[in-house]
Amino acid sequence: MDTIIETTLTINGESVTRRIPVRQNLVDFLREEIGLTGTHIGCEHGVCGACTVRVDGKIVRGCLMLAVQADGRNVETIEGLSDSGEIADLQDAFHKRNALQCGFCTPGMLLTVQDLALQNPQATREQIREHISGNYCRCTGYQAIVDAVETTLIARNSKA
Amino acid sequence: MNAPAFANYVGQSIPRANARRLLQGRGTYTDDLRVARLVHVVFFRSPHAHARIVKLDLAQARAMPGVIAAIDGVTLAKFCKPWVAVLGHLKGIKSPTQHAIAIDRACWQGEAVAAIVAQTRAQAEDALEKIECEWQPLPAVTDMEASLAGTQVIHPEFSDNICFSRELATDGVDAAFAKADLVVEETYDFGRHTGVTLEGRALLADYNAAENTLTVHQSTQAPHMMQDIFSRHLDIPEGNVRVIARDVGGSFGIKVHVYADEMATAALAVMLRRPVKFIADRLESFLTDIHAREHKIKLRMACTKAGEILAFDLDDLTGIGPYSVYPRTSGIEGNQVVNLTGGPYKHQQYRAKLNVVFTNKNLTCQYRAVGHPIAVAITEAIVDLAANKLGLDPAEFRKRNLVPDDAYPYTSAPGMKMEKLSHQQCMDKLLILMNYSVLRTEQIELRKRGVYRGIGIAAMIEVTNPSPAFYGVGGARISSQDGATLRLEPTGMVTCLVSVTEQGQGTEAIFAQIAADAVGVSVDRVRVITGDTGITPYGGGTWASRGAGIGGEAVLQSGKVLRANILDVAGVILQASREMLDVRDNHVIDVRTGNVKLSLTELGRIAYFRPDTLPLDFQSELMVTRHYTPRGYGFAFTNGIQASLIEVDIDTGFVKLLKHWCVEDCGTVINPQLVDEQIRGGIVQGIGGAMTEHCLYSGDGQLQNGTLADYLVPMAAEMPDMIIDHVITPTKTSELGAKGAGEAGTAGAPGAIMNAINDALLPFNARVTAQPFTPERILGALGKI
Ligand code: FES
Ligand code: FES
Repeated sequence: MDTIIETTLTINGESVTRRIPVRQNLVDFLREEIGLTGTHIGCEHGVCGACTVRVDGKIVRGCLMLAVQADGRNVETIEGLSDSGEIADLQDAFHKRNALQCGFCTPGMLLTVQDLALQNPQATREQIREHISGNYCRCTGYQAIVDAVETTLIARNSKA
Repeated sequence: MNAPAFANYVGQSIPRANARRLLQGRGTYTDDLRVARLVHVVFFRSPHAHARIVKLDLAQARAMPGVIAAIDGVTLAKFCKPWVAVLGHLKGIKSPTQHAIAIDRACWQGEAVAAIVAQTRAQAEDALEKIECEWQPLPAVTDMEASLAGTQVIHPEFSDNICFSRELATDGVDAAFAKADLVVEETYDFGRHTGVTLEGRALLADYNAAENTLTVHQSTQAPHMMQDIFSRHLDIPEGNVRVIARDVGGSFGIKVHVYADEMATAALAVMLRRPVKFIADRLESFLTDIHAREHKIKLRMACTKAGEILAFDLDDLTGIGPYSVYPRTSGIEGNQVVNLTGGPYKHQQYRAKLNVVFTNKNLTCQYRAVGHPIAVAITEAIVDLAANKLGLDPAEFRKRNLVPDDAYPYTSAPGMKMEKLSHQQCMDKLLILMNYSVLRTEQIELRKRGVYRGIGIAAMIEVTNPSPAFYGVGGARISSQDGATLRLEPTGMVTCLVSVTEQGQGTEAIFAQIAADAVGVSVDRVRVITGDTGITPYGGGTWASRGAGIGGEAVLQSGKVLRANILDVAGVILQASREMLDVRDNHVIDVRTGNVKLSLTELGRIAYFRPDTLPLDFQSELMVTRHYTPRGYGFAFTNGIQASLIEVDIDTGFVKLLKHWCVEDCGTVINPQLVDEQIRGGIVQGIGGAMTEHCLYSGDGQLQNGTLADYLVPMAAEMPDMIIDHVITPTKTSELGAKGAGEAGTAGAPGAIMNAINDALLPFNARVTAQPFTPERILGALGKI
C-alpha cells in the first residue's frame, strides 16, 4: 500500500495541507487534488516541458518531482502567474503574435520563457530558442513563440 | 451623424479570442473535466507483435484494491459490435474484423487484450501487473516486401496480405519512355512516423442508464462521425448520443479515427453504467496512435533533352499494420500518392501501381497532409535528379514543366480536375522572395571554402475542401457538408454555432470574422461555439483542410440570411422599406444617408420582449441555419511551392536548417496571421518527418523508440525561421473563395529538405533517398561510414 505523508506547501500564495501518497508526482497532485488543471501532462518522463511549474522561484518539471518533496516550499503555476499579472505582457504578446495554437504547451512555455526573461533579459533569438528547447510544441513551429518573447523582452527593457 | 465605417474583418490578422483562456491555463481539455463517480480505465496490451492468447487470467487483477472491473474481449464484445474498415470506392479493399478488445489473438505490439477499470488510475495500473497472460508467439510479418510476397499470411481468413491495390495507366506511357532522351529512376524509402500531439488521445464516456443516453467528451476532430459510430456500435439511438469536444491539444489527423481502446472505454461506460475515462499516456500513444507514411517507392521519369517531362511511372508499396483503420480506411494515403505524384507538371503520360499490405506493426492511417509529403518528395526529388543530368538549373527546369497558370480548368494525367492554380506566379514570387540567384552565387563561393550549402525547391498541389467523393461515395457515414447557425441575441450579440471543430488552428476566430462581416456587427460581438453534437448543426468536423472553405462558407451564407432577417424586423419597426436599410457596425442604418436608425440592441429588445408592438402578421426570425457542401469539383485543389536552405557538415553528417520559404495559394485569406502560422507549424511537422522522426521497429515487430526521449521531434533550437507569402486565387465554387491551408506546410517541406540536402551533396556525387535523413544516412551516402 501507498505510504502517505502529511505535506504542507504554498500553492500560488495559499497554504495547503494534504495527506499525499509518496508516489504521487507534483503535477498529478496539482491537477487531481488541487484542481489546478492549467499545468499539463505531455509525457510523464521529463522531456516535453508541458508540466513546468515554479518551485521556490525555479522552474521544475512537475512530472519529475514528487508532491511530498514540495513540503515547506512555494509552488507557483500558470494560474498563479496569470492572476498576479506577472506575465500579463508575455501573454498579451503571445496572443497578438498567435504564439499558440492548441495551447497545450502554452502554460509550460510561458513559465519557461518568464524564467529566461528574469535570468537574461537581453536574450537573443538564438538564446530564446535555446532556452525553450526543452519545451515541445507540435503546433506552432516555434517561430511565433520566439517572436513574442523577443517583443516582450524589448518592451520590458525599454521600460526598465 | 455619419454611419460608422463598415469593418471588413475578412483579410485582417485579428488575434483569436479563444486563445485567452489557453494562455491563462483556463482551457478545458478532456482530462481537465471533473465528473462525479468517475472511474479510470487502463489497458493490458500485447507485448508481442503477433501472438495467440493461450490463457488470460484476470482474477488476481480483479481482486486488487480499487478495481471495479477487469474485462476481456469476449465480455466486451457483448456491448460493442466489431467493425471492418473498407470503402466501396476503393475497389477490392479488404480488412479483417476488428474488436474493441482483441479476442484470441493480438496482431501488433500494443493491441489491447484486456481492460482494468478502477477508482484511480494508479490503482488500475497496479492491477495491470497482476494480469496473467500466457502467449503463444506467432510469426510476425514486419517487412513490407515479405508481406507482399505472402509467404506468411497474417490473417487466416485471407489468402494473401494485400489490403488494397490499384493500377492506373494512360495510353501512351511506354511510347513516352521509348522516345525519351533521358529516363531517370530512383527508389525512395519513407520511415513510419506519427503525430505526437502534445495532449494524448483522451475520452470520457458517461452513460445514463435511466435515459439510455451516452455523453462522450472526446479529444476529437469529428464529433458527428463519432456520434454515428458510438450509436451504431453500442446500439444506442443516434439522438441519445452526444459527443463533445472542448479544447483539443493538437490533432493533425491523429484524432479523426476510431480507436479500439476508445470504443472499449465507451462500451465500458455502458456496461458499468457510469463515467469512465481513458487518457493515453505517452508510451501507449507511440504504440497505438496511428502511424503513417511507411512507403517504399520506385519512380521513373521520362524527359527530352530540351527539358520537357514526358511521363512518370510509379510503383508504391506501403505497409499499414494488421487492420485497415475504421472508418476512413488505410488505403487513402497510398491512393493519394497515386493521385498526386507528378501533380504540378504538364506531362500527359502516367502509370502507377500501388500495393497496400498488412504487417504486424501498429496501424497506419491518415495523418496531416496524407500522401502529399510522399508524392511531393518523390516527384520533386526525381525532377531535381533529371535537372542535374540535363545540366539545367532546378528552378528553370520546373518553370518549363509547370502547368501554366492560363491552362485551367485542367485535368492532370491521373485524372484530377483542377479549377484554377497559380504555379507560375508562386514560382516567380518564391525566387524573388528567397533571392534565388544570389543564394546560388553564394553557394558556389562557399563551396570553395569547404562550406556545403544546399538549396531545395518543392512545388506541390494539394487536396482541400473535399466533396462527398472523398468518403461519402464509398459508403462512409462521414459528412462533407457543414452547417452554421447564427442567432441574434436580444442584446445585439451574435451567437454562431458551427459543425467544424477547433483544435488550435483558429477556426472559431475566422468564423467570428466572417460572421461579423456577413451580419454587420463588430467581431467582439460574435461568440462562436463548436464541438458539440448536441447543439451545433450536423457536419464533418476538421480534417483534409476543409474548415475554412466549407465551414466558413456556411457561416457566410447563414450570416447573409440573418442580416436580411434583421432588416425585415427593422423595416417593420421603422416602417421603412427594407431596401433602404442596412446593418453596419451593430446598427441599422439608412443606406442613402448612412445615418443610424436603430441599434441592434434596441432591435433585439423589441423583437424578443415587445413583439406585441409589431404587426400581427409579422414574426421575426433571428436565428438562421445554412449548410454548404462543395460539389463542383472533387476537391478544391490548391498549390504552392517551398524552398529550403541548409548546410551539411560533411564530417558529422549533421544538417543545419538555415531558412525556409513557402509561397502558397489557398484562395481567400481570412486571417493572414493564422494562415501563416498554420503553414509554419506544418512546415516544422514536415521537417520532423524528413529529418528525425521515425518509429523504429525490430524485425520481430517491437517498437524500439517509443518514448519522447528516443523518438526525436523538432525542438526550437534546431528549427529555422520561415518566410511565408501568398498568391491569392479564390475558388469560384463558393462565395467566400477560401481553400484549405492547414496541411500545405507539411505537404511540401520534406521534398524541399530532401532536395536541399542532395543539392549540398552534389559535389560529392552523393544522394540520400531514405527519410528521415539522419547524420548516419548522410555519412553513409558520402561513403564515410
Ligand atoms: S509531462 Fe513532464 S516533461 Fe513532459
Ligand atoms: S500550441 Fe499546440 S503544442 Fe504548442
